[in-house]
Amino acid sequence: MADADGAHETRIVTEFLRARPDDSWTMEAARTHNRAYQSLEQAFAMGRPAIVEAVTASVLRGKGGAGFGTGQKWSFLPKDSFPRYLCVNGDEGEPCTFKDHMLIERDPHQLLEGIIISAYAVETELAFVYVRGEFALGAERIGQAIRDAYAQGYLGKNILGSGFNLDVVLHRGAGCYIAGDETGLLSSLEGERAMPRIKPPFPAAQGVYAAPTIVNNVETISTVPHIVRRGADWYNSMGGGKSTGTRIFSVSGHVERPGNYEVELHNTTFRDLIFGLAGGVRDGRSVKFFVPGGASSPWLVPEHLDAPLDMDYVQGELKSMLGSGAVMVFDETTDPLLIAWRLAKFFAHESCGKCTPCREGSGWIEKVLYRMSHGQGRPEDLDLLLSFGNNIVPGLNAPFAQTTICALGPSTMSPVVSLDRWFRDEITERMRRDEERRDTLDVVPA
Amino acid sequence: MGLTDADRGRAQEIIARYPHPKSALLPLLHLAQDRDGWVTPDAMVEIAALLDLTPALVLGVCSFYSMLKREPVGRLVVSVCTNVSCMVNGGSDLFEELRARYAADPDVLVEEVECIAHCDRAPAFQINYDFHGPADADGAAGVIGQYQRGDLVARTISGTSPAAVP
Repeated sequence: MADADGAHETRIVTEFLRARPDDSWTMEAARTHNRAYQSLEQAFAMGRPAIVEAVTASVLRGKGGAGFGTGQKWSFLPKDSFPRYLCVNGDEGEPCTFKDHMLIERDPHQLLEGIIISAYAVETELAFVYVRGEFALGAERIGQAIRDAYAQGYLGKNILGSGFNLDVVLHRGAGCYIAGDETGLLSSLEGERAMPRIKPPFPAAQGVYAAPTIVNNVETISTVPHIVRRGADWYNSMGGGKSTGTRIFSVSGHVERPGNYEVELHNTTFRDLIFGLAGGVRDGRSVKFFVPGGASSPWLVPEHLDAPLDMDYVQGELKSMLGSGAVMVFDETTDPLLIAWRLAKFFAHESCGKCTPCREGSGWIEKVLYRMSHGQGRPEDLDLLLSFGNNIVPGLNAPFAQTTICALGPSTMSPVVSLDRWFRDEITERMRRDEERRDTLDVVPA
Repeated sequence: MGLTDADRGRAQEIIARYPHPKSALLPLLHLAQDRDGWVTPDAMVEIAALLDLTPALVLGVCSFYSMLKREPVGRLVVSVCTNVSCMVNGGSDLFEELRARYAADPDVLVEEVECIAHCDRAPAFQINYDFHGPADADGAAGVIGQYQRGDLVARTISGTSPAAVP
């Protein structure tokens, strides 16, 4: 898989679905041509503490966006408090992220095996898989996988003679970005509007039905069987620092070969990903800017292409984040104001309305960015955005502080802060020209 | 339209999956939409009775989620993504052209949607939640035609496979 530039994928959770594109989602293929469900007996033999220990020692971190330590999260469950629940977050909605879509649709048995092991490790007998409503085929495939797993004795009572019981319930969303926030997901699962809840209490203490709850991302859970089978040392021998193992990056935009690429963290760079694997920018053009980790992450520019895909480096040194792993690449013909406006429109549409700074602020950000990107801007508009944005993100410094319950509020300011960081002069000049041009018009355009 | 015995049986089976009945609200709203083609006011009243909730609460939840339609929308929902990766690959034009083309067709709703996680196939769109793309307006209209003629079997507007709808 090595490219001429030395960029290569390290396929762990994507290995099987790439190897069997025609039937990787079937029970038969997963058992015959892969090791589906073979880690279960090993997990039951290891026992719960050893699994939690292995996951902790692997330094596996949440792959949905926040990057919180999975073993650490599991350890927050209060002892002897039952019932408790596992919720798998498959509500992938962060713009330009499409990895969980692939994992749910094309390797549901890997996900289910991870659910069984994780549920056993955290001592729950009921797990929910929350699948984004728009993933119709994905829901169908994981639903079939669940039925097949019951038929084979991997789910239900006394799984493989272990004495462990587990039921898995597939829950389909109905179209809503903020259900992907971990507490928004819990609200949605309880049959409410998917409005996030203030933390603490954290879900591990009080989650769904006010019971201790673990919420983990699809890719995170899909990794668990591999760690059980091959050990923590194998996993954390890849990558470096606190960015161990691999992550799937969804590369899109103006690249030659958009797609999902699973690469080793820390030892791979944005350049490897964008040029080595995704084939570089189309039509011989160059990168103007790129968004490194979903719409919520502040943008980066060509001088950052050689930075490592390391969660702490990108946050600490570059004041951005790897977030959901969505790398959007834009060439030099791209209008950054138009991209900022479209992302602002997204956040304004998806704001749940619970917190005033986000409900009101996201709409105003969108309106001002609209006029700026459509020839109606004013030279002072960028500063105007920063001034009221300061009410959502006090100080405007990364990592963002917030005046809202969830991270959607501060995310609305990522595009604006990025414009200010990288394109202030260009924008100020353009706003001045737009204003002059408007002065010569007889009528005010609509 | 009132609930049939079969509907009630399915509803009870869904409710029984959850520790708390209210969790069945979204699945029941999908079920109602599968049956009626949209979420009717009567269905919301029925669901409220099944879950011991007020109809107002059911409406409040229903109106929060974009896949749940509170008015008839026709048989096909075409969801065109115009978020950034699709936008720079022609998604906005695709949306505008399809919207104009089907404006007078009561059977086809063309709607602008946020990222549908199919960005490697930009501009991406869904027809009753089947993924398609990349395509220009003519290409997309061709696919819509295949569903209209029955060459491709459409899911319900909730994305349920027709085989799963009684």
